[in-house]
Amino acid sequence: MNLDPITLSVIQAGLQQVCDEMDLSFSRAAFSPVIAEANDRSDGIYAADDGSLIAQGAQGLPVFVGTMQYSTRTLIQMIAEGRAPAPKPDDIYIVNDPYLGGTHLMDVRFARPFYRNGEIFCWLSNTGHWPDTGGSVPGGFSASATAVEQEGLRLPPVRLFKEGKLDEEIFSIISSNIRVADQRIGDVKAQAAALMVGEDRLNLLMDRYGDETVTAAIAELRIRASAQMRAFISEIPDGTYPSTAYVDSDGVVNEPLKINLAITKARDELTFNFDGSSPPCMGPMNSVLATTLSSVYLAMRHIFPEVPISAGAFEPLNVIRPEGTFLDAVYPRPVSGCAAEVSQRIAEAVFAALAKALPNRVTAAPAGTSGNFALGGHDPARARDYVMYQISGGGYGGNADHDGLANGCSTIGISKAPPVEIMEQAFPVLYRKYALREGSGGAGQRRGGFGLEYDVELRRGEARASFVMDHGRFGPQGALGGADGAPNHVTVWQNGEPYTPVHLSKEQDIPLTPGDRVHVCTPGGGGYGDPFARDPEAVLEDVRLERYTVSQAREMFGVVLSGSPVAVDFSQTDRLRVEGANQSPAD
Amino acid sequence: MKDAPSGQVVGVDVGGTFTDLVMLDQADGTVRLAKVPSTMDNQAFGVLAALDEAEANYPNLDLIIHGTTTTTNAVLERKLSKTGLITTQGFRDILELGRRTRPQAYGMTGSFTPVIPRDLRLEVAERMDAAGDVVTPLDEAGVRAAAETLLAVGCESVVVHFLHAYANPDHEKRAAEIVTSIWPNDHVTMGHALLSESREFERGVTAAVNASVQPLLERYIGRLTDELSGQGYGGEVLVMNGNGGMVSAKDVAREAAKTVMSGPASGVMAAAYTGRQAGITNLLTYDMGGTSTDVALIMGAEPAVSNEIEVEYAMPIHVPMVDVRTVGAGGGSIARVNAGGLLEVGPESAGAHPGPICYGRGGDLPTISDANLLLGRLNPAGFKSLDASSATGQVTEIFERELGAPLGLDVTAAAAAVIRIANTKMAGAIRMVSLSLGMDPRDFALFAFGGAGPLHAVSLAREMGVPRVVIPCRPGITNALGCVVADLRHDFVNTVNRSLENVDMDQVHDIFAAQTEEGERLIAKEPVEVRDVKRLYSVDMQFVGQTHLLRVNLPDAEPSREDLRRLFEEAYFNRFRVELENIHANLVNVNTSVIGQRAEMDLSTLIDPAGRKSDVAAAETGHRTVVFDDGPYDTPVFWRDYMPINMEISGPAIIEQMDCTTLVEPGDVARGDAGGNIIIEVGGL
Repeated sequence: MNLDPITLSVIQAGLQQVCDEMDLSFSRAAFSPVIAEANDRSDGIYAADDGSLIAQGAQGLPVFVGTMQYSTRTLIQMIAEGRAPAPKPDDIYIVNDPYLGGTHLMDVRFARPFYRNGEIFCWLSNTGHWPDTGGSVPGGFSASATAVEQEGLRLPPVRLFKEGKLDEEIFSIISSNIRVADQRIGDVKAQAAALMVGEDRLNLLMDRYGDETVTAAIAELRIRASAQMRAFISEIPDGTYPSTAYVDSDGVVNEPLKINLAITKARDELTFNFDGSSPPCMGPMNSVLATTLSSVYLAMRHIFPEVPISAGAFEPLNVIRPEGTFLDAVYPRPVSGCAAEVSQRIAEAVFAALAKALPNRVTAAPAGTSGNFALGGHDPARARDYVMYQISGGGYGGNADHDGLANGCSTIGISKAPPVEIMEQAFPVLYRKYALREGSGGAGQRRGGFGLEYDVELRRGEARASFVMDHGRFGPQGALGGADGAPNHVTVWQNGEPYTPVHLSKEQDIPLTPGDRVHVCTPGGGGYGDPFARDPEAVLEDVRLERYTVSQAREMFGVVLSGSPVAVDFSQTDRLRVEGANQSPAD
Repeated sequence: MKDAPSGQVVGVDVGGTFTDLVMLDQADGTVRLAKVPSTMDNQAFGVLAALDEAEANYPNLDLIIHGTTTTTNAVLERKLSKTGLITTQGFRDILELGRRTRPQAYGMTGSFTPVIPRDLRLEVAERMDAAGDVVTPLDEAGVRAAAETLLAVGCESVVVHFLHAYANPDHEKRAAEIVTSIWPNDHVTMGHALLSESREFERGVTAAVNASVQPLLERYIGRLTDELSGQGYGGEVLVMNGNGGMVSAKDVAREAAKTVMSGPASGVMAAAYTGRQAGITNLLTYDMGGTSTDVALIMGAEPAVSNEIEVEYAMPIHVPMVDVRTVGAGGGSIARVNAGGLLEVGPESAGAHPGPICYGRGGDLPTISDANLLLGRLNPAGFKSLDASSATGQVTEIFERELGAPLGLDVTAAAAAVIRIANTKMAGAIRMVSLSLGMDPRDFALFAFGGAGPLHAVSLAREMGVPRVVIPCRPGITNALGCVVADLRHDFVNTVNRSLENVDMDQVHDIFAAQTEEGERLIAKEPVEVRDVKRLYSVDMQFVGQTHLLRVNLPDAEPSREDLRRLFEEAYFNRFRVELENIHANLVNVNTSVIGQRAEMDLSTLIDPAGRKSDVAAAETGHRTVVFDDGPYDTPVFWRDYMPINMEISGPAIIEQMDCTTLVEPGDVARGDAGGNIIIEVGGL
């Protein structure tokens, strides 16, 4: 069928609209603040035969950019093989098994077959992060889990809605196994209603343009997205681009986990080879394959945001399955850290590899951690137990256009952090400091952004602090001669004595009593380009704003400042920079 | 309240490009209009020029209502007064850290400039907790020292912003007292003063914006009133606020942040007023200009108002404002063929400079306006800056090269494709705005204004399933009209935040009563004639455990607990198609708006009745070929000012007027109404 370019673009916009409306509907009706406020969810349309991605909501959480097609694909395969029940109209499947195309257990996927003329035309699916799915710790992020059973309830694909009706028996099993279950029915209904919105809108689109035209457009759009991505890839010189990135530890064994990546560009395709990465780990820092693939895709989308999310865009990206490494976890490896932490380190490896090839598009490494600090305890004043989560941002990497952004959100997320006032309303804590982390931005011609420093005190009752963060051992990487950003730093003050977690960025259940404090410094972004090439006036401005000290200006940027008010001593600066350049071996 | 005025009322709105004026003579109902270039360095000159063009007789003017972009531009361009911050120890970076986000979902780049730079943000020892209890007493000497430091470095205004001041403002008030005692002017803003709600970043930015535009607004309004009185004007000047209400010039600087986004708000107020007179009270407003398109929703002739507007990335201004959303496309949006061979329109824009190719200011990329020109929808003779044939020739050449050749289309088809895709995307974006406010666009009429709105309106309406389009008399000066017709308006929000079963309903009724009384008091104080005072009551509710709020409108100020529960559940079901029987509801906010309605104006006089011809054929000025979705039509062109007020025409037709062009597509029927509006029934739905 021959499609005119207008119809093609109009149907593309129409499919996107269907997904965006599903996203909106899901967020607005959801109960869980993780979905409603943090938009930790995604909705899309997937092909009937293999689940490949047709369109996905523009405001979905980035880490889901690639996972949902694998989740839907696995479901289709299992149905074909008789391992999952066959669908009927108005059924909705629920599944959260990480090894079946998922992330971690908390990301619960719904899938609904979309029928036209009695046949499945495509699948409408969504993912939402539930606040809890059972397991050993509230919220599911156990830093010391060694098997998936400790992380929560694992659901194979079952039909939670059968011909439009909620299966109360399945739901009662779920609600008996999760915390704060009474509000989950609201999220279940919101998640299901979003798929119904999608069904209504997609039916309208197909009625208007005809099934044949829409089918042809979907096929053509896939080809076009592939062509667009290939055109961008063609800008990269042929060759192999290696990089490494490290996860601090798995939370159980205190050894760094290595991501070893080589990206090879040939013709108009990229091949991602993770050979030499660490083997599967004991603790929860394993990544399932779908998450590893999704991390590569989201990194590429950060680099080429112009290419719409679709299976066609992923086609020229060949990821060799990293079997035998911690990036291809199989049952029963624990995986709670894959969506929030390992994914970001994979993205960092992609950025680091391509920075030289695409210097105008790729930034130095961003903070790259979700900075998850959980405090669980009992508040005697309110006679109740609580779990508080403080997620936090960090500095972004310097880049060709700008210094890095301060306190940006995680690479894989788009969510806001909660205000201090809201935290203090809800929990028995008092923040003593919530500030820009001075000196943390990695030096460079364009410096990294600054991390966050906070200091929070327990006011009442006993509590336990847990951390799932990263970049405590090594700071985010600089690019093109830029220095690394400052590493993450956690200190727990117990009875006036400082304690540093053994794994630096990960530990579980550190006991606190009233007056104890948790002090966190999140990573600064990596610097971009030679720090000695930075405009001395820009360094002066940073010092004037107390972002760096006078001695940091000298040590990190080779800029000599003196006098009061401070000013650049240009001749001393020139001398220092020439000396410094002579000392560092030329490459 | 004064006696009924007999003089003239002037509405004057300063926009980015033009200053527009509507002058209404209340004695005989006649209207004069003016449109002059804006003078951005001192907007007062443009205002005076507009008054001169309208041949205003200054001593005879009764009232001037003014919309200004002074504060909006200052915020967006960060051309702010030097402002200091005195804040709680440990928290000086709140304004810079934001809520840890990034400007866009994809792309790890972007930057952010805080309203107040770090060296002017000083800390003092003090601390309240969330319950409003003192944890650390206020260091009064520290406050004085901080204020002296800020003065010494040349700050003109100052913000005192302490954690949890919404719960207990004692420290903020005492500190402000100390600062005021040594500060040489009135520009001292307390964090909790504009809106007393939790969330330190949003509250702090709101206060910081207020302080840092105060001196600018005060100076500007001072200059303007001086100039006006120099011309012999002895009346009041009222300034439009972003909530669609207005405030006396002498008071406006105190809450200067409320004037941000007042221009778009007054356009929406004009739409609401026009709709009310026309008997069409549910409207989606669609204001398309050169670089962007503003959309708002009006229900029951009342615009939706929000306290949570973010005017740009990480720039929340939490005061009540008409909820105007900006969607990407404008006449200058650029079309291109991407690397995958697909045609895209926007988000890049040629803006006002260089602008579309057809403006003749050096633009050389194809835009929406250029496509309209190629399709005959815009009159080539309308571009004064270029002679018609060479403009069209250049546009043709560029469309052929940039779009036609790579797509395999002829120039006309390429232009049609640009318009079709732009309309599809705009319709989708407007639909999302409507849905995010919980409304189905098909239940509304589309009210089109701005220079480009009426050109695209019927096509968008058809795409969204909207049955009717309203084109007011003067789409290009709608904001100025809003100044003339806008009501006096005061919005109040009190936070209760309790589960519905534990709410003290007497307390709720008391809040409504107190809000009403305060609103009535403020309106009585204004030197403006009011025809009627209207009171609107609503609550914001949610199910326990949710974070989003749903606004529930109430019939009166004394709802029972059962009323609130029932109305909330109805509203929730209508919105989400979800019933939740066993979950309890929270009552979060109690809201009252007190609205003083002004004198009626006959809108049909915006087009001189003497100029109208007796039949529609006499209004026809020519024919041209116009390309619509299904091909070219020989299309009659009408001059709007000649059309009889009760005219009726069937599409295709082009209706031209000084400030815009209206497109009526084949299958549509356009009729004039008593207010001088054109109401288009959209065909093919």
